[in-house]
Amino acid sequence: MGADPRGVLTGQHYLDGNHAACEGALAAGCRFVAGYPITPSTEVVERIAQRFPTMGGVFIQMEDEIAASITLQGGVWAGKKAMTVTSGPGFSLMMEHVGLAAITECPCVFINVQRGGPSTGLPTLPGQADMMQARWGSHGDYEIIALCPQSPQECFDYAVKAFNLAETWRVPVMLMMDECVGHMTERVVIPKAEDIEVVERNFTKKQPGEYKPFDPGDGWVPEMAKAGDGFNLFVTGLTHDERGYPVMNHHAQEKLIHRIVDKIRLNADKICEWEERETEGAEIVVVSYGITSRVAQRGVEIAREKGIKVGMLRLIVAWPFPEKRIKELAPKIKSFVMPELNYGQMVFELERCVAGMTRTVLVPHGGGEVHEPEVIAKAIIEAARGGN
Amino acid sequence: MTETAINPVNPYLRMDRMPSIWCPGCGIGTSVNCFARALTQAKLDLKKTAVVSGIGCTGRVSGYMAVDSFHTTHGRALAFATGLKLGNPELNVIVYSGEGDLIAIGGNHFIHAARRNLDVLVVCVNNFTYGMTGGQVSPTSPGGAKFTTAPYGQFEEPFNLPYLADSCGAVYVARWTTFHVRELTKSMRDAMKKRGFRFIEVISPCPTLYQRRNRLGDGLDAMKFYQDKSVKKNGADTRDLRIDFQSEITVGTFVDRERPTLADAMNARYKEVLGPRYVPCPENYLPPQAKGEGT
Repeated sequence: MGADPRGVLTGQHYLDGNHAACEGALAAGCRFVAGYPITPSTEVVERIAQRFPTMGGVFIQMEDEIAASITLQGGVWAGKKAMTVTSGPGFSLMMEHVGLAAITECPCVFINVQRGGPSTGLPTLPGQADMMQARWGSHGDYEIIALCPQSPQECFDYAVKAFNLAETWRVPVMLMMDECVGHMTERVVIPKAEDIEVVERNFTKKQPGEYKPFDPGDGWVPEMAKAGDGFNLFVTGLTHDERGYPVMNHHAQEKLIHRIVDKIRLNADKICEWEERETEGAEIVVVSYGITSRVAQRGVEIAREKGIKVGMLRLIVAWPFPEKRIKELAPKIKSFVMPELNYGQMVFELERCVAGMTRTVLVPHGGGEVHEPEVIAKAIIEAARGGN
Repeated sequence: MTETAINPVNPYLRMDRMPSIWCPGCGIGTSVNCFARALTQAKLDLKKTAVVSGIGCTGRVSGYMAVDSFHTTHGRALAFATGLKLGNPELNVIVYSGEGDLIAIGGNHFIHAARRNLDVLVVCVNNFTYGMTGGQVSPTSPGGAKFTTAPYGQFEEPFNLPYLADSCGAVYVARWTTFHVRELTKSMRDAMKKRGFRFIEVISPCPTLYQRRNRLGDGLDAMKFYQDKSVKKNGADTRDLRIDFQSEITVGTFVDRERPTLADAMNARYKEVLGPRYVPCPENYLPPQAKGEGT
């Protein structure tokens, strides 16, 4: 299905990643945004605030990120596609409602333009240290989907995809940008509305009485309804049955958690997306994501000039992690090398998947700037020589 | 064979979820009874009515009402309600929660929802304690009273809720006790017919925790106390409505005024600045003023 033309700025533009992500959300049909200002993400909601009133959207700046992250869920149950936008400190405050969205299977999008942390950290400079928080930040067992664009064009493309995945799987989807990608200005090509694939919400056609809002039928994902349609919906953050009624025992817990976890885990093949370059015959594979994948590309080129057989695997969907592909590559190579703007996060997931089949080398960076490509090249060369 | 009497409020409740979790003598059920009757009297379209709650004993109210029920996170009912109401302005949104939920953890959302004049009715059951977790001190706990987390007696200044709501901009502010079932029902009905941020405080007994710990008797004793110690003063200055331990309780309707709701102000501003380019949400939405209703 194509996008609503009013939300689509078809044509070639010169946009930064934050503005491009805003346009992606609009093209995807997002018509409800609750935000709170925070560097380096604020340009997204500034553009939303300007664009929405002429296209039937509602923007509200809430009193804090705790509010924003649940106000958007009120918008979803009113029938809108909704998102919020933030950076590290705000993302921390939103974790409460990532959990609510997970257990109530509320399709929604959280954009996190990552900066250096912890705490207030480096408000205006990049980081990639919220990757584990995106996956595990709220308490309890649940799954989310996280995407990592590496350019303004991808901020547009993957904002659209984030909404599509949210509607398809009824999960919170994190668009994990970083300050560099958010503030980098490049050419962004926005297709015609009819050429943008948009997944609309799967509203039930059942009647009140026969519809159960948390019954997935033969599949994994229940059909949705919205408030005001006469279904007497019951939506609760408590463990609940297919009707949405709270049930306080381990049977109900097992049934619910099993489904909200396995709907993603067992469908990872349909969700995972990555880009590979020259991994065929490689002895070293560099795994990276976001802005770091662009720096790593240069590091790979330097190492190849020195005769190292090195390929790249770039995570586009970081969560769920492409476990199957990593397990295929691991026995064939000498080492994975993983640069990231943190002191080791996604590398732990990589190590888990590698399971001792080969070596993994982290190239850490505390954030505030990107890696020097030479540092990544050096790590590749040392890994190829078998040293560390 | 005797005929089975059916309580007239049953159709408004999810009877398949009864009995409720509330203790004998608790006032929350009484307030729900008044609420259900007010829904009938105000003739709200129940298909377009949603009840939103936070967490706690009163937080369970949404889940017993046979309308769209949203049982959200602790303190955040008003933030959720903001999204629900702005996303679909045709919904009648009622936030029903306790004082710990709405005023302590949810205090920030409360003051801002009132400031914006979000079009919601807020029913706040104030029993002076955290019941669900076993009787801890709350932001309205009166001085000297004992709680599990104030075993030597509460010494902080309690919130005067009508004053708080009034000063933040609520358009309707009332307080009743669960003894005043007729007045409370009428107040809820009147508030349902108004638009904007409407606040009703319901002073309610908690015999299991607050009363037992403070040797105040059972639910019936609380009713007798409310009967003896309540003073009706409609239009009273909200600054004078402080409640101390076993003090007089001023009840009544204190504020009843008009000002543009959040959506009214938003629509007016965008229309003024953008003219025909403004597309409201939803697109076929007509503000109540355009339909000849409201302010």
